[in-house]
Amino acid sequence: MAKTYFTEDHEWLRVEGGVATVGITDYAQEQLGDLVFVELPEIGRKLAKGDTAVVVESVKAASDVYAPVDGEITEANTSLSSDPSLVNSAATGDGWLWKMKLADEGQLASLMDEAAYKAHIG
Amino acid sequence: MTGEDTKHLPLEDLHNAAGARFGAFAGWSMPLTYPAGVMKEHLHTREHAGLFDISHMQLFEVSGPGAAALVNRACPLDAGALEISQSKYTFFLNEAAGIIDDLIVTRLGDSRFMVVANAGNAVEDEKHLRALAADFDAKTEPLGRVFLAIQGPDAWAALARAGIETGSLLFMHGVEPRQDWFMSRSGYTGEDGFEIGLPEADARDLVARLLQDERVQWIGLAARDSLRLEAGLCLHGQDLTPEIDPASAGLMWAISKEVRASGHFIGADALRSILERGPSQKRVGLKPDGRQPVRAGAALVDTDGNPAGHVTSGGFGPSTGHPVAMGYVNTALAKPGARLFADVRGTKIPVDVISLPFTPHRYRKG
Repeated sequence: MAKTYFTEDHEWLRVEGGVATVGITDYAQEQLGDLVFVELPEIGRKLAKGDTAVVVESVKAASDVYAPVDGEITEANTSLSSDPSLVNSAATGDGWLWKMKLADEGQLASLMDEAAYKAHIG
Repeated sequence: MTGEDTKHLPLEDLHNAAGARFGAFAGWSMPLTYPAGVMKEHLHTREHAGLFDISHMQLFEVSGPGAAALVNRACPLDAGALEISQSKYTFFLNEAAGIIDDLIVTRLGDSRFMVVANAGNAVEDEKHLRALAADFDAKTEPLGRVFLAIQGPDAWAALARAGIETGSLLFMHGVEPRQDWFMSRSGYTGEDGFEIGLPEADARDLVARLLQDERVQWIGLAARDSLRLEAGLCLHGQDLTPEIDPASAGLMWAISKEVRASGHFIGADALRSILERGPSQKRVGLKPDGRQPVRAGAALVDTDGNPAGHVTSGGFGPSTGHPVAMGYVNTALAKPGARLFADVRGTKIPVDVISLPFTPHRYRKG
């Protein structure tokens, strides 16, 4: 059964079988505005928590999306190459950014659940 | 920049009511986007009419018997040769011919001129003008006005419906249609449009009438930037600075041969010698391959990997559907078709030098 976690940097992680699907929250996509490009990560890249995993570019600016936990990239959402606006229209669904195999599931304990995240963004 | 020193637009309450998202620009809290978002706002302006609050910009009235002589000294312009109501794009130059600010000067009367200056340079511009005015029989008065731009193919019709006839006013002309109003057919989008400086109460009335027209929408600073970039227009502080001269910037069209020869303006000698030896770099349009934007500050190299210049403005063009940029490149490479590479976070993105603008200008010239 998948469980969803949130970070203070406005990312969500859906974890199932030791693999997390990661994206940005609806709040984050609203702040960024219309996305025009997503620089996707290489499969197999090992990330430490806080490393830049993806760069999302709006009309106006480029913003880093950080790895919320340690792990290895297993998949990138290649449909964003042709349609980056999926992140705007479906941030928590079809607009997911990457999947990663978790190095240490214990790190998830420091993340927020949905109720805590909602309180965080006020 | 936030805090006590941040300046607020007189119509800020209207932008709040319209759901604007604000950000700091040139010391002002400015509406960046409205709920429609930058992409839709940009396209709406090209298709219908965008309403912009540009009250951060500064209007100066220069008047007095020596007004034309003062403008001739401050700007590479023959102010006395302007017809009444004629506007010109020009500059304040320093002694090295660097661009202190780029401006629009309109002749309002025999000895009265309107100078429209950029927000970020308004304080410096006023100091500069006042220092020069001491040598001339002229005075400089900053005007406290709300300043609105209405841009796009439906701008004239929307103004007409709101009771403002623009009739015979042509591109780069400005008039005073009412007490304390200044209205010019000009803008920063490449579209037909108008810029109107007016008292706050009149502005509130005009905005209310304009927004009743479904063709008119508020447009934020983010779309203002993407519109001007597609139109190949410079942003002072990025594409123009006091270290850049009009020859390097490709803006010599704004300085007539007679004015260049006259030598009456500040920076004339420096500009002459720059023209004699030729600028080492020139401003060009840059079209990145693919969809990844190339932004201000990115280094450019040639096909052999040698330094070739840098990007000064870059983003995504909602109307072109691809990334757009401009920058300065070595003169030998400053020709359409030259292939360069931009360094974006370590990746080399191919970019082609192209002729500006990206989107054709649609000014009403006659």
